[in-house]
Order: sequence, then C-alpha cells, then structure tokens
Amino acid sequence: MATYTMKEAKPAPSANKGVVFWLRENLFSDVKNSLLTLFGLYILYALIPPLLNWAIFDATWSGTKAELPSDGGARWIFIVEKFDQFIYGFYPESLHWRPNLVAFLSVALLVSLKLLKNNKVKIGLIIAFPFVCFVLISGGWFGLEVVETEKWGGLMLTILVAAVGIIASFPIGIVLALGRQSDMPVLRNLCIGFIEFVRGVPLITILFMASVMLPLFFQDGIEFNKLLRALIGITLFQAAYIAEVVRGGLQAIPKGQYEASEALGLSYWQGMILIILPQVLKISIPNLVGSFISLFKDTTLVLIIGLFDILAMVTLTNSDTNWLGFETEGYVFVTLIYWVCCFSMSQYSKAIERKFNTEH
Amino acid sequence: MKNKQVSSNNVGLLNNPLYRSIFFQVLALAIVLFLAFYFTNNMFNNIAASNITTGFGFLDNIAGFGISQTLIEYSDGTSTFGDVFIVGLLNTLLVSILGIIFASIIGLLIGVGRLSDNYLVSRLSLIYIETFRNIPILLQILFWYNVVLAALPSPRQSFNYLDSIFLNNRGLLLPEPIFEAGSSAILISFILAVAGVIYLKRWAKKRHDDTGEEFPIVKVSIAILILAPTLVYFVSGQPVTAEYPVLKGFNFKGGLTIVPELLALLFALSIYTATYIAEAVRAGIESVPKGQKEAAKSLGLKDHVILSKVVLPQALRVIIPPVINQFLNLTKNSSLATAIGYPELVTLFSGTTLNQVGQAIEIILMTMAVYLVISIVISLILNWVNAKMAIKGR
Repeated sequence: MATYTMKEAKPAPSANKGVVFWLRENLFSDVKNSLLTLFGLYILYALIPPLLNWAIFDATWSGTKAELPSDGGARWIFIVEKFDQFIYGFYPESLHWRPNLVAFLSVALLVSLKLLKNNKVKIGLIIAFPFVCFVLISGGWFGLEVVETEKWGGLMLTILVAAVGIIASFPIGIVLALGRQSDMPVLRNLCIGFIEFVRGVPLITILFMASVMLPLFFQDGIEFNKLLRALIGITLFQAAYIAEVVRGGLQAIPKGQYEASEALGLSYWQGMILIILPQVLKISIPNLVGSFISLFKDTTLVLIIGLFDILAMVTLTNSDTNWLGFETEGYVFVTLIYWVCCFSMSQYSKAIERKFNTEH
Repeated sequence: MKNKQVSSNNVGLLNNPLYRSIFFQVLALAIVLFLAFYFTNNMFNNIAASNITTGFGFLDNIAGFGISQTLIEYSDGTSTFGDVFIVGLLNTLLVSILGIIFASIIGLLIGVGRLSDNYLVSRLSLIYIETFRNIPILLQILFWYNVVLAALPSPRQSFNYLDSIFLNNRGLLLPEPIFEAGSSAILISFILAVAGVIYLKRWAKKRHDDTGEEFPIVKVSIAILILAPTLVYFVSGQPVTAEYPVLKGFNFKGGLTIVPELLALLFALSIYTATYIAEAVRAGIESVPKGQKEAAKSLGLKDHVILSKVVLPQALRVIIPPVINQFLNLTKNSSLATAIGYPELVTLFSGTTLNQVGQAIEIILMTMAVYLVISIVISLILNWVNAKMAIKGR
C-alpha cells in the first residue's frame, strides 16, 4: 500500500527574507532612503567612536590630580574621589549609615507592601514610614545626633525633595481636583484660581516667592529654614499639576458610575473614596508618573535658591582647588543618574499604559 | 449631584443639599479670607518693622548696573528700574520667540523622522527623543554654557565662516544689517505682498469651489513674497547694507553679537522642547486613520494633495494644542536663564533689582504677572485655534 509522505515545505524564495532583503526593504528601498541611511551612518560614525574613546578607552580611573594625564579621555577618578559628596552632600561621613538605612528601609517597605495581605498593617506602615525616615535623617531623637538641614545635599537631597513633593502634593492635588469639579461655585472658582495661577508661572518664581516672601507672611518667631521653604513651594507647584491630571481622570469616568454611587445612597465622600477615586487613580497612573518625572527633573531648580542638590554639587566639587576643571565628568555623571531614573520611570508608565489598553 | 429640586419639606435642615452647599462655601471663603488677611497683616507689620519702602515708586529710580544685552537704549547712568523691567521682558520674549522657532523646526524634522520608513532614521529619532527629554533642562543649560561654549577659542582664534560669521568664547558674531533711507519701501512692498497673497488665496479658493480647478497657490505665494521685496531692493538703489564684524586688537568691533548665554539657552531650550514637539507631531500624524489615506488614494488624488487636503488637516487638529502648550513651557523654562546669568526678566528683575531694592513683594508679583499674562495670551490663542479647527457640522 502506497504511503503518502509529507514533503518538507520549501523555504521561501531568498528574495523575501534574510539580511539582504531586510536591508533593502528598510534602509535602501530607493535613492532618497539610501541617502538618508548614509547620513544616519555618518552621524553614528561621527558620534559613537569619539564618545566611546572619551568615556571608556582613554579614560582614567585612578591616580591623583597632580599626575593625571590629559590625553583627552574622561578622568572618572574625579567621580570616584567625590562620590560621597555627590551622594550625601555635607552629611557627616560617620553618619552615612543613616541615609543608607533609609534607602534600605524604602526597598523593604516596597517589598513588604507587595507581600503583606492585611490592609490595616499596610496603611500603618505607609503612615509611619515618613516619620521614621525623618527621624533617621535629621536626628534629635533616641540619642541620634542632630544633622542640620544645611548639611543635607547631593543625590540624597534630590530624592528627598522629589519624594516629599510627590507625597505631600498628592492629597492636596486630589482635593483641588475634586474642588474644581464641584457644584459649589465659590469652592470651584477658588480651586480654579489657584490651579491656573500656579500653572501659569514658572516654578522658579514660585521658589523665589517661597524663599523671599514666605517668611514675611508669618509673625516673628515662626522660622522656616531654606529647605522647608523650597519644599513648600515645590509641593504647592506640584499639587496644581496633580490636580489637572486627576481632573482628567475624573472626567473620563462614565457618568453612570457617579449616578450609581448616589443611587446606592452613598454620601459624596463615601462615593468618591469607595467608587470614583479608585478608578480615577488607576486610569491616571501613566499621567501621574509623567508628572512625577517632570517633578524629579524640576528638583534641579532648588540650586538656584541655594540648596545643594546633586547638580549643585558639580559646581561645588569643582571649586576644590585640587580638583579644578572637571565640570564635564561631573555633568555627565549627574546626567546619567537623571537619565536612568527618568527613562525607567517613563518605561514603567508606558508598560502600565499598555496593560490598561484594552482596545484590541 | 445636579438634583437641586429636592423639596426641602421632607429633608431636615442639616441634610438639605442647598443649605449644606451654602454653608461649606461660606466656610471655605471665610478660611481663605482669614488666611489672606492674616498673611497680608503680618506682611505689612514685617515690612514696617524692617523699614522697607513699599509701592512701585522704585521703578523711577536710577538703576546703577550695566546689562550685557539690551534690545532698547539702556545706559547704567540714566536708565531706571522701569527700563530694566522692559529690557528683561524684551529679552525673555526674544529668547522665547527664537527658541520656539528653532524648537518647531527640530521637532518637526525629528517627529517626521520618527515615522520614516527608514529603520535607521526612525531609530536615531527615537534615541534623540529619549535622550534629551529625560535630562533636566537646567542641567542641559548648564552643560552647554559651562562645558561646550566655555571650550570655544578666544576671539583671535575664532572659528571663521566666510569672513563674516565668527564663533568664539565671547559669542556668535553676525553681520549687522544697516537700514539707510529708502529701506522703508522694502517693508511696505513686503506688507503689500502679504496682502496680495491673502487676496490671491481667497480668489484661488473661490475658483476651486466654483470650477474645481487647482491653482499652485503655495509656489506662487512664495515667489511673490520673495520677489516683490527683492525687486524693490534693487529699484530703490540697494538701501540695506551689512556691517561685518572685524577683529581689532583682542576683540571684535561691529556686527551683531549673540552672547554665549543666549546661545546656550537657545540650544538647550530648543533641543529639549523639540523632543516634546516631535512626539506631538508623531502622535498627530499617527492619529489619522489609515483608511483615510487609502480612501483618498482610491479616489485618485495625488500624493501631495492627499497630504495637504486629507492627512494634514486632520493631523494638525491633534498636533497644534500640545505644541502650543510646549511653546508656553518653553517660555516659562526660559526663566532658568537666571542660572547662567542671561539678562532676562527673572535674572534682571527677581535677581539684580531685588538685591538692590529689596522690595520682594512688588518685584516677585510683577514678575509673576508677566508670566501669567503670557500664559493667558497663549491660552486665548489656543482656544481660538481650537474653535477654528473644530470639525464643522457636528
């Protein structure tokens, strides 16, 4: 009995696959495209080799200032030498374990929030955490040595300003957004006035206002230090932007949800907290992350009012007479830190967006 | 929540929505008013205690400092703080407008490059966007100013282009146009050309509506706009000449100098803002459904007609609002010039003037008012554009 043997499928004609086909299709499909490709290749050729040479092949990683060769490569030894200042500012070296512990605790908190099931424990942890961090960094309690805010600096200060800005502005922003959507004309107009005023002026003027005008607003004896003033300014600024993001979310929730919560007999706040806001915050996550990225980038502005964040440390470390002329290395190092943080946050927000996107 | 018609007979006074709403609003207003009163009261007490004068009289006082770049007449012996304010405002507008022009050009190119069929070009555009939008703008400004422009050679070793454009650590030197008598004729001819083009466009549209015939409006308009002023320039005897920068001793004399602060600011602002504009352009073009292009093609329209009559009108509606917002952001970001000392509004007014006069309230409120007016004007423009571009008949 003749058996039928399945023949192997023939490979596709070579003109439709393979490297050559891909190149022809994507890079050299016609004259214009070929020219563009050559132009792109030229840009790569002009940028990549010098950059690699500077950053890696010609770079120096060791030595002291006096014996540094100047063969055009990066002298990363500057970063290695000044690393502590870039991270901790003037925080006393013997106490560096305290910010380190805070960093460790933050990771531990995130992990435990993921693992723990009990919501009350979670909320307790979240509320207790800022106080623990503050006590650890600033000292003064439990026999911890006090560290003045003037000594806080570097990446530590940058992250602190960003974190306080994000956390403190969040509830204010939500309240402002609810106020803007409210039926009460007086409340609504107050909120609109605040939001539009803050969004209409640059952050730097708000910071100037906080640092110069704020002390005048209070009676003598109420003192604000420089850091607190900057934090107040940044929080108010960020709150207006969060409010606009949340408002976008509030408007995107179908009207039926509002009506359903009323039909269930829930009060305004019950309806908001149990029904509306959980949905609003969920769909607003991508935009909220976008707003956090802007805030993180904007924390650099505190250097203009005299705080020493990581960017200000570049100028400061370069004023050390033993280490003059290392601006490039300093800026590149700071750029890398910001870029990695912002890029990973934006990828995270894109991933969330894809996850929520149920269009297809 | 819009059920205000709830009869108040069967609800207690405490639970009546209307009364509750009034109560909360009065409460909120009272709190705000109390805070405002408390703050201003303290403020006046503090000001009185520290013997600072109040009011805007300081604007008429002589400002005793020089400014590196001014668009109007300014001398440190006779000009007032009011003049300083105007100088700062004009410099802010100058850097914003130039920045907006460059950012739009770069953003458009990168945004179109992002959608290119060419794999390399679209990847390079993506790398450009992801690199520059994730670096703080202040860091970019400082990098351009302290690293790139600080490394430029001294005037004697300037980069020289055709003996008329020079680049050195004092800035970029360009030939300065000198307008002699009769040059106003060129301006008038240009204005007439613009009016002519507007009239021509109306006529072409009407003819197209009536007969369906196309008129090459873009080419003809460009030709008119360029040819008319050029013709008048030669007819009126070439009244515009250029003054070239010349190296004398250790520095250049003559010509138009663009200070390094302005260069650094322009580079940073336009490169940074261009990433956002590029994303807006990409999103706008991608928002036009594929079927629109296919339908236009199956109607037999030519490629450039598809672009100008089908794709762009729909894409622009999506592109323009975020781009105008970015223009506003660029204007606000120009205030960061204070970090490198470019003499714009914040540097001159909230910086130098505040240090000399000490009237923090007036000065910071004036500065904020300027930015508020700019953003109100820009949002009015945005509303007008949105209304104009809204799909009609829906």
